[in-house]
Amino acid sequence: MSLINYSSREINCKIVYYGPGLGGKTTNIQYIYDKLAPDTKGKLVTLATEMDRTLFFDFLPLELGEVKGFKTRFHLYTVPGQVYYNASRKLILRGCDGVVFVGDSSEARFEANVESLYNLHENLKEYNLELGKIPFVMQWNKRDLPDALPIDELNEELNPEGFESFEAVAYKGDGVFDTLKCVAKQVLRQLQTQPAGV
Amino acid sequence: MVRAEWAIFEEDYWAINNALEALVQSSQAKHVLLVDRTGQMIAQAGDDPQFDTQSFASLCAADFEANFALAKLIGEDDFSTLYHQGAQDSMYLGKICKGVVVAVVFDKSTTLGLVRLRVKKAVEELNVIIEGLYDKLQYRNEEYDPFDEEFSEGVEQEIDNLFVE
Repeated sequence: MSLINYSSREINCKIVYYGPGLGGKTTNIQYIYDKLAPDTKGKLVTLATEMDRTLFFDFLPLELGEVKGFKTRFHLYTVPGQVYYNASRKLILRGCDGVVFVGDSSEARFEANVESLYNLHENLKEYNLELGKIPFVMQWNKRDLPDALPIDELNEELNPEGFESFEAVAYKGDGVFDTLKCVAKQVLRQLQTQPAGV
Repeated sequence: MVRAEWAIFEEDYWAINNALEALVQSSQAKHVLLVDRTGQMIAQAGDDPQFDTQSFASLCAADFEANFALAKLIGEDDFSTLYHQGAQDSMYLGKICKGVVVAVVFDKSTTLGLVRLRVKKAVEELNVIIEGLYDKLQYRNEEYDPFDEEFSEGVEQEIDNLFVE
């Protein structure tokens, strides 16, 4: 839920990284955190288990320069991918302005992608949200795996609606910024077409 | 309606600020912060916090949401307040309407009883302000709106500048 504060002249938007467990959501956020200049990012908050699996969420605030006197902030969140953490996933989706689906290109994880996408649809429904009505971008991660499925096949099977998609190797940073740029621009475009209170 | 976005205008911001300042004074708390349940910081009053307020807002919202889900599990509608006790500092959180939460951080110079009492009064006051704010959004004045094509282009430029590898 984008919050526009006309007094402090700030706009805050929430972007959620969704996808199957071990798909690279946290790796995306970690890469963004590592690469950005210190004055543009806040602290990276990670609620993880001892095994470095996301337990509740990762959170990273980013700040853009002022435009027309308004400062824009993006709050990036990841959800825990493991199936049994659905209650947490649902909570984090509340009020999101845009979603990135980080899919795992590995053939072995195809079913996990299907399940996670279905779960995303179901959870969004509870907030009366729907993909396509809120900005949505797909990222096919782990393109360097030997058993990575061809992009055409992934898009045909998992992205029949033709949402914008990017190839990525998140730990190297390939495709990470392109994905975020795309969803961030869509979120801000949406602000223009759908202002507060509508 | 697809999304429930919202905005804070100048006069509401000051009304909120005054209510938070009054709460700091009357409860003798260290900090009072207003956050929404999606994790966005709205306003704060009291001493300048030495902690990261954005992380605070995000974790506060998560805390409230997790407890909301727990309440549902045991058959309650919601927990309207939460209390976290620390060795030095403690926190008391109260639910306001429209998914807004007031968080009070206090030390031993005051008591939980006083904080609870003052938060109850402040919640009533803040409910009125936030409700009014939502009503106002229905009749939003277009002249406030900076989100035109020029804004979009400017922000897109900023996004490109930020994410340069």
